[in-house]
Amino acid sequence: MSQAATGTSTERTVPPRKTTTPGAGRTRLAVTLVVLTALLMVSATAGLAIGSVQVPPGQVWGIVTHALGADWQQPDWSRARETIVVDVRAPRVLLGAVTGAGLAVIGTALQALVRNPLAEPYLLGVSSGASLGAVSVIVFGVTLFGPLSLSVAAFVGALGALLLVYATARTGGRITSSRLVLSGVAIAAVLTAVLDLLLLTTDRGNEARAVLAWTLGGLGGVNWGTLWLPSTALLLGVGVLMAQARNLNLLLAGEEAATTMGLDVARFRARLFVVLSLVTGVLVAAAGPIGFVGLMMPHIVRLFVGGDHRRVLPTAALGGAVFLIWADIAARTIAAPMEIPVGVLTALCGGPFFLWLMRRDARRGTDRGVA
Amino acid sequence: MTATALDVDGVTLTAGARHLVRDVSLTARPGETIGLVGPNGSGKSSLLRAVYRVLRPDAGQVRVDGGDAWALPVRQLARTVAAVVQDSAADFDLAVREVVAMGRTPHKRLLAGDTAEDAELIDSALLAVDAVHLADRPFDRLSGGERRRVLIARALAQQPTLLVLDEPTNHLDIRHQLSVLNTLRRLPATVLLALHDLNLAAYYCDRLYVLHAGEVTASGPPAEILTPKLLAEVYGVAAEVTTHPRTGAPQVTFLPEAPRS
Repeated sequence: MSQAATGTSTERTVPPRKTTTPGAGRTRLAVTLVVLTALLMVSATAGLAIGSVQVPPGQVWGIVTHALGADWQQPDWSRARETIVVDVRAPRVLLGAVTGAGLAVIGTALQALVRNPLAEPYLLGVSSGASLGAVSVIVFGVTLFGPLSLSVAAFVGALGALLLVYATARTGGRITSSRLVLSGVAIAAVLTAVLDLLLLTTDRGNEARAVLAWTLGGLGGVNWGTLWLPSTALLLGVGVLMAQARNLNLLLAGEEAATTMGLDVARFRARLFVVLSLVTGVLVAAAGPIGFVGLMMPHIVRLFVGGDHRRVLPTAALGGAVFLIWADIAARTIAAPMEIPVGVLTALCGGPFFLWLMRRDARRGTDRGVA
Repeated sequence: MTATALDVDGVTLTAGARHLVRDVSLTARPGETIGLVGPNGSGKSSLLRAVYRVLRPDAGQVRVDGGDAWALPVRQLARTVAAVVQDSAADFDLAVREVVAMGRTPHKRLLAGDTAEDAELIDSALLAVDAVHLADRPFDRLSGGERRRVLIARALAQQPTLLVLDEPTNHLDIRHQLSVLNTLRRLPATVLLALHDLNLAAYYCDRLYVLHAGEVTASGPPAEILTPKLLAEVYGVAAEVTTHPRTGAPQVTFLPEAPRS
C-alpha cells in the first residue's frame, strides 16, 4: 500500500490520484472551537465582574476557585462580594450561557428540519407557544406537575405552536420562506394576544406585572436551585442533535434525496420536533422568550466552519453562549440601575440581521426554501 | 440462479384519482443498464420514485435482489439502492466533499466519524465523475452540470448495487453527458435511468422500456424496439431510424413533418 515505496517510474502510467483531504476543515474547526472556548471564559469572567459592584477579574477567579474548594488565593474580599459573585451573578451567567447555547442549537436544527434559513424558535412562534403555556400555568395556578408545571406547560405550548406553523406553512410538500415566516408571525401574534388577554383579565395584578416583564425575556431571578433544569435540557438537546448530525445533513439535500440515503424523513422530523419543543419549553420557562439568537448564531458560525452539522452544532452552541452572556451584561449596565429585558437587546441585533439575511438570499436569486 | 437485481411487478401508482403509472412490470438483471424513455408526463419519474421508495405503489410490488423494497427499513434499502433525483436543492453552504460524504450515511453508525475507507470511497467517487478538482468548492456555487456530477458521486459513495437516476444528463453539456453515461456503464452496479435523448439511450442502454401515458408500450434491446412506427405512436413525430455505421447503435433522426397515419 505504501505509495512512497512503490511510486517508481514504471508505475507512473497510473494517473496520480489526487486525493482531497478533509484536514483543512478539521483545523478550522479546531481553531474556531478553541477561540470560542477562550471567548466563553473571558465572557463568563466579565459577566461575573461587571455590574453595580465592580469586581476585578483576578478577584473573580479567586472567588470562583475558592467557591469550588481550591484555595490558590488568600481570601481578601468581603463576604458581600463573594455573595454577589457566587450567588447572584454566577447562576445568571450560567443561565445566559445555557440559554444562548440552547437557542443556537435549536435554531440550527430547525433551519435544517423545515429546510429554511429563516427558521428560528422565536420567529416561528414556538417561543410564543411556550410563553402562553407557561403563563396559563401561572394565571390559572395549575400545579399538576409540581415545580415542573411551568416547563411542562411551556413544552406543550411550544410543540403545539410548532406543529401549527408547520402545518399551515406546508402545502404540497413544500415550504416557502415567505409562507413560513408569515405563518410564524401570524400564529405568534394570535398566541401573544391570548397571552395579553390572560394577563389583563387575571385578578392577580402583581403577578401579571412580573409575568409581563418575563415575556420580554430576561435572565434575572435565577438561582442555583433552578439552574439544573435548563442545564439538563441543554445537555439533552445537544446530545440528541449531535447524535443526529449526519441525518440533519441529509435533509440539506432535500427530502426525497434524504430518503434515498436512508432517512425516514417524516418520523425523524416528528421526533426532533418533540425534542426541540421540549428544550425550547424549558428554556423559555427559565428565561422568557429570547429571540434571534437561534437565527443569528448558526449563520455566523457557518461562515467559519461550513454547513456540516457536526461542526455547526458545537460552534453555534459556544457562540450562542458567548453572545447571550454579553447581551445580558449590556442589559444590566446600559441603563443601570434599571435593567433592560435581554430579549429587547437580542431583537435589536437580530432584526437587522434577519433583514440582511433575507436580502442576501434574494440576491443569490434563490428562495432556498422553495425547492 | 435466476437472479434479478430489480423486479418491478405489476406496479400501479396513483395521485388522487389520476393514474400515474398503470400495471407496469420491469426487470433488470445484475449489471444491466436499463433505460426508461417516453414523453414528458409518461410516468418515468413516478416509476423511479416507487423504486427508490418515495412513492408507495397502490398495487404491485418492487423487489430488489428478491426482497420487497417497501418491506425493508429505509436505511437498509439505502445500502443497496442509491438514487440521483431531479429535485435537489442546494442549501446551507456545504462543500462538495461534504455533499459526497452524505452518501456514506446509511453505512455509518450514529456519531461514527469518517474513516480512511470513507475518505477513499469519496475520492474515487469524485474521480469517477471527473470532479476531484471541485472537492473543496461550495456546492451551491457550482454550475448545473457540475452539481449533477457531484450528486452522482454522492450516489456512488453509497456503494449501491442498484443505481436509479432521473434524467442524469439534464443540464449537462455534451462532453459531460457522455462522460457521465460512460461512467455509469463502467459500474458493476445495475443501473436504471430515465433519459430524454433517444440516441444516447439507444447507445448506452442494454434494454429500453418505453413508457406512454403510464403504461409500457414496448421493451427490449434498442435496435429491436426503436422503430418509426413506435416513435410516431408514442411521441407523435415522424422519425427515421438507421443503424449508425460506426457505433452499430440505432440512430434516430426526427423529420420535420407530421407523421403519416
